[in-house]
Amino acid sequence: MEKNRTGKKILLYVITSLLAVIFLFPLVWMIMSSLKGDLLIFRDMTSFRAFLPPLPNEIDGGYFQNYVMAFERVNLMRYIMNSLIYTIGIIIFGLIVNSMAGYALARFNFPFRNFWLAVIIATLIIPPESIFLPLYVLVFNLGWVNTYTGLIVPFIANAFAIFLFRQFLLDFPRELEEAAKIDGCSQLGIFFKIIVPLTKPVFATVAIVLFINHWNDFLWPLVVANDDSMRTIQIGLQYFMNQPPVQWGQVMAALTVATVPMLIIFIFLQRYYVQGLAHTGSKN
Amino acid sequence: MAGPKKFRMKTLQGKEAVTGYLFLLPALILLGIFLLYPMGAAFYYSLTDFYILRPGEENFVGLANFQTILGDAEFRQALINTIYFAVLVVPIQISVALGLALLVNRKLRFKVFFRTAYFSPVVMSLVVVSILWTFMYNPNEGLINELLGVFGIPAQPFLTSPDQAMNSIIAMSVWQGAGFQMMIFLAGLQNIPNHLYEAADIDGASKFQKFLHVTLPGLKNISVFIFITITIAAFKLLVQPMIMTQGGPLGSTKSLVYHIYEVGFNYRDVGYASAMAVVFTLMVLIITIVQRILAREEGA
Repeated sequence: MEKNRTGKKILLYVITSLLAVIFLFPLVWMIMSSLKGDLLIFRDMTSFRAFLPPLPNEIDGGYFQNYVMAFERVNLMRYIMNSLIYTIGIIIFGLIVNSMAGYALARFNFPFRNFWLAVIIATLIIPPESIFLPLYVLVFNLGWVNTYTGLIVPFIANAFAIFLFRQFLLDFPRELEEAAKIDGCSQLGIFFKIIVPLTKPVFATVAIVLFINHWNDFLWPLVVANDDSMRTIQIGLQYFMNQPPVQWGQVMAALTVATVPMLIIFIFLQRYYVQGLAHTGSKN
Repeated sequence: MAGPKKFRMKTLQGKEAVTGYLFLLPALILLGIFLLYPMGAAFYYSLTDFYILRPGEENFVGLANFQTILGDAEFRQALINTIYFAVLVVPIQISVALGLALLVNRKLRFKVFFRTAYFSPVVMSLVVVSILWTFMYNPNEGLINELLGVFGIPAQPFLTSPDQAMNSIIAMSVWQGAGFQMMIFLAGLQNIPNHLYEAADIDGASKFQKFLHVTLPGLKNISVFIFITITIAAFKLLVQPMIMTQGGPLGSTKSLVYHIYEVGFNYRDVGYASAMAVVFTLMVLIITIVQRILAREEGA
């Protein structure tokens, strides 16, 4: 009996570890290869050394040679800045607009409130893939092609974020707001001085979900930001990969650079992100 | 006395209504302009021969675009490819995600490490993952073929053979996405009250019986949600074929959204692309409704 249990335990660890290897090795390989020259990448591919960093005597030009070259060959810095401006713009305006809408739907009584809530939830079904052409025509006519405005404004309002804010604020106690109202605080004042500071977790959750979605966005930046100076990092990566001759070490460096902000966000804000995921599933 | 009070109530309510609308309005206006209007425009364009950047010159052509769809072999192939992708990805990804969630929900050392490891591909974008795997799938000197060679398995033409390309994209997609649903399943597992398992223990239920009668019913709502989101995401397949295979070889990985993108954006035929987008939207809608109804019936 005891032996049987130990055996099972070992089997469990073998399976979980094997799976961990399968899920992790491309990431590890990407980072390790970004430190190697192309010849070394191909030589190491036949052995375990593919997943190990290069030895000091194997590299010429330093460990970060690929990074330097990648940044020189294409405008990677600019692509990263564009992605940051794009995602942070959407986050800032998105948090304000969507939290206010969520607050209105959770707290105020007004005619057609449930109708608007239903409309907002219904828009969740519209796939962005089915409206990108008319949206492009609209943005083109507004003269917003290849501008941050064109990248940001269409995605500020977000039905999912509104819904998340509403759900959270429904459960939020009213006492403080009422006390502030008695003290003569305006409605906008109550919102920014009481609701926002006290509901930081849901703001953090929405901010992270928005960051991850828009940092990874592909289709919209592809159609609306076709000028090199406006490319986001995801579009820049695709462009870089299609630049002959392909230098895999440099491509790996660029891929690593594009992944790092997400890794940092995830490592530091995992709690809020997982909270958001849990909310996504259970509240639906 | 009743008069003034009633009047005050009304103005208070009126004030609340105005404030409510003021808070809601920015979001409503933006959703209206950038989501609902384009949706309506897509329906309108689908009935015209609108070409991009030639506004105001479109002609109303009725249902002609939809008739063209019926005879469009490329559309048919893209539709079949997309359905093939969805039919395989959805069950595989859900099973993998549930399996992973059950694994890391056990008493286990380094649980956080394993959870993070399985989740790590989610942190990479689809573009990053697609480029990375294009290199890994390389027929001559790709990492996977080198690894297979260690076990004496001959090199496979993963992305260059019409028979394997879509399957290779499916394998990669499951690997990339499963960790995300694992996290949602995990939240669901932790919401199942422990006393249900204890009660099952008292009744002498086996592990498998507990899984069947406690775990699975406890995960029902979440499973429905995951099922719908994965299916819809599968129908939106675009980035992987666009980067890895450009829809090839022989159109074997051309997806619906990719076809719409090419017709609308590269060939500039917005009218026809919009008609396909309308068909695409209706399919997504039908999938959502059918899955909701099925879920409800099962629950009843």
